Amino acid sequence: MTAAVRQQILISGVGGQGVLFVTRLLAEAAILRGLPVFTSETHGMAQRGGTVVSHLKIGDFHSPLIRAGQADGLLVLKAENVAQHALFLKPGGWITVNAGEEAAFDVPGKISRIDADRLSQEVGQPKSLNLVVLGFALAVAEKMKKNSDRLFCSLADIEAAVASGSENKPQQAAAFLKAIRSGYDAFVQNITV
Amino acid sequence: MGQRRLLLGNEAIARGLAENGCRMATSYPGTPASEILAAAAELNLREKLGMHVQWAVNEKVAFEIAYAGCMAGLRTAVSMKQVGLNVASDPFMSAAYMGVKGGFVVISADDPGPHSSQTEQDSRLLAMAAKVPVLDPDSPRQAREMIGTGYALSEAFQTPVMLRPTTRVCHSRQDMELHPFAAAAGEAKFDRDPARWAATPRFRHRLHLELEGKLAGLAAYAPTAPVRLNPEVSARKAVVASGVAAAHTRELLQALGIWQKVAFYQVRQPFPLHAGFMEELLSAFRDILVLEETTGVIEMQLADRRRVRGKQSGAVPRVGELTPERLQALLADFAGIRTTAAAAATDTPGRRPTLCAGCPHRASFFAIKKAAPRGIYTSDIGCYTLGMNLAAVDTVLCMGAAITQAAGFYHAFRNHPKRPDIVATIGDSTFFHAGVPGLIDAVVQRVKFTLVILDNRTTGMTGNQPTPASGFGASGEPLAAVDLEALVRGCGVDYCRTADPYELKDFIALMKQAVAYGREKGPAVVIARHPCLLDRARRGEGRKTVAVRISERCDGCGYCVKNFECPALVHHAEDKSHRHTSIDPLLCAGCGVCLHVCPKGSFEIDQPETGETKKPRPARKRRS
Repeated sequence: MTAAVRQQILISGVGGQGVLFVTRLLAEAAILRGLPVFTSETHGMAQRGGTVVSHLKIGDFHSPLIRAGQADGLLVLKAENVAQHALFLKPGGWITVNAGEEAAFDVPGKISRIDADRLSQEVGQPKSLNLVVLGFALAVAEKMKKNSDRLFCSLADIEAAVASGSENKPQQAAAFLKAIRSGYDAFVQNITV
Repeated sequence: MGQRRLLLGNEAIARGLAENGCRMATSYPGTPASEILAAAAELNLREKLGMHVQWAVNEKVAFEIAYAGCMAGLRTAVSMKQVGLNVASDPFMSAAYMGVKGGFVVISADDPGPHSSQTEQDSRLLAMAAKVPVLDPDSPRQAREMIGTGYALSEAFQTPVMLRPTTRVCHSRQDMELHPFAAAAGEAKFDRDPARWAATPRFRHRLHLELEGKLAGLAAYAPTAPVRLNPEVSARKAVVASGVAAAHTRELLQALGIWQKVAFYQVRQPFPLHAGFMEELLSAFRDILVLEETTGVIEMQLADRRRVRGKQSGAVPRVGELTPERLQALLADFAGIRTTAAAAATDTPGRRPTLCAGCPHRASFFAIKKAAPRGIYTSDIGCYTLGMNLAAVDTVLCMGAAITQAAGFYHAFRNHPKRPDIVATIGDSTFFHAGVPGLIDAVVQRVKFTLVILDNRTTGMTGNQPTPASGFGASGEPLAAVDLEALVRGCGVDYCRTADPYELKDFIALMKQAVAYGREKGPAVVIARHPCLLDRARRGEGRKTVAVRISERCDGCGYCVKNFECPALVHHAEDKSHRHTSIDPLLCAGCGVCLHVCPKGSFEIDQPETGETKKPRPARKRRS
């Protein structure tokens, strides 16, 4: 039953990476699923290349902010932010991070990583690393049974959110979907190999 | 049932204006309020609502335009950030006496933290000083509802009403049902009444008496009275909260399992506080904890030192945002339970903000430092405040102060044996907002300094709103444009030159000439003109780019990283034997300015100017 869904996800990165856009897509996906949604964003001075973080709360909430130690998951677009924002994670929470294999993380939590900087360049969309990470996180949640309740939405929901958000811009929507798919497929290929 | 949509707090406020028949909305951009007017303009255009929606040159101007609209019987609104209210406080105080005909809502967005402001000031205190009622929303949904409440209140008592959202309301998104737009009500009609609209001090005394009468009525107005959120609970302790602190508290009382242990009230109108509520509270409860941002406005009205704790008493921190973590500790302590201390989540430092790669301001600052290496650099409010990363900004006080502080330093050092060069920097929008009077004063007083107007043809920091020189308005509609050079010359300035800082060599030469003139003769003004790259990309405009590479000559000295501080320059100093600097191709904007930065000439053109336009980023939100 959807009304009982309660999820708190922190999305973290630096200005220009598209933290707000990922947050918007997830929030729109929640609306399409009929779920209440509350998000909180960083604007202004902090957006000029500084740390950007947004809080996403799905379900029955009153406060726009996630309390330290309460987040179900962290979506991190810049590897260095993991150390800064890991304290939001609740025990047993998950982290999906844009990071190469060499990056080491000294934090608790189940970490899945994707080198979205590299992959987004490979698919010719260097500015879409945010969507690559999102696609990857969707696959991690969808394709592994033990993660099945990790995310309130599926790849199909996000695709629907993209479509409804860019009705008059089919080219743009196609580019977004391609980037999301590339992140998603990167995980799928990895587990089937 | 209406349609459910995800709205940003500021969009919800704009929606509330349109749903309640607002006919005029004015503003000057400022975080966290900027999106209110942009959203109103978009709704107005899309739904053909026939409103007058405009960016004004500053908040005082915006206030007075909207106020006159309500004098003519229309519902109007003005929005601004809290420091903008300082600029508009002159008409605000006076309008409280004269009152309104049509409903008038003054939206002043506060920034506890602060996240993107000079101060954490509490607009509710200015409402109190002006004797104007203020509503304190806890969420985007409530902010929208309070627009309707505000207009009803404003018209019932013929007073301006303040809506005071905070950053967490303005910049949250929440799903909500949409209501239909109200049909425009009534035509403009002005009833002459000089004893009111042009009141002399004698009449002002009478108006002040009337105002006090209104306040007594407002303190008994049922629709805005505080609400008890857990009437089923009987307790000797009460928590009183308003705004976002109330939203956090509501969630925390449940999460901490103390919903049953304390009475919980939400205040919706912090000033004037309802008289009946104060009586009820002080007669029924032994201990009262007040949670509000950022000053103890509710607490000071409760005025019972023995039972009330809050900011005044020192129980609640007076500085910084009331984050859920801080509130958790306060509530647990008040209810007498133990809780594991949550880390202060927002206190960890992050990456510092910086000027964008390719930002023309960076080139201007580099040239200023070349021309006046030991100068005093006064600056102002905008993206270019980040020139402090380049050590090219020494002071930032408030809108327009770059020019007046330059004058103050000049007068202070006038007879000093080593009088420093003084170079002020101010953005184009900020110059229009509050720079002009200061420049006139500097001309009159023969202040010997150099002013650089960083003219990027937009209001950058707040999201690329038009300036008076843009020639278009909030909805992209064509408007008249003011000529910046003519304005500067009209202030009485003899030396005024315009140049493109991207032409760095020539620009440095010009800056040296200007600083020499400014030092000996009087105000020298350089207009550093190059459009903001973000603004261009947003409008889908292409531009020429230059591919730059760093040659073998680079010895990794770090000069460029330190003095030019472009985010696209990466310094590799880990391996001492192989220090070098590289260019991050993802971040590089291709401006080519760095070609002139390296003292050893290590930067070179990778290939001749391509002449092709660099593909802009997909415009996610097109302005016009």
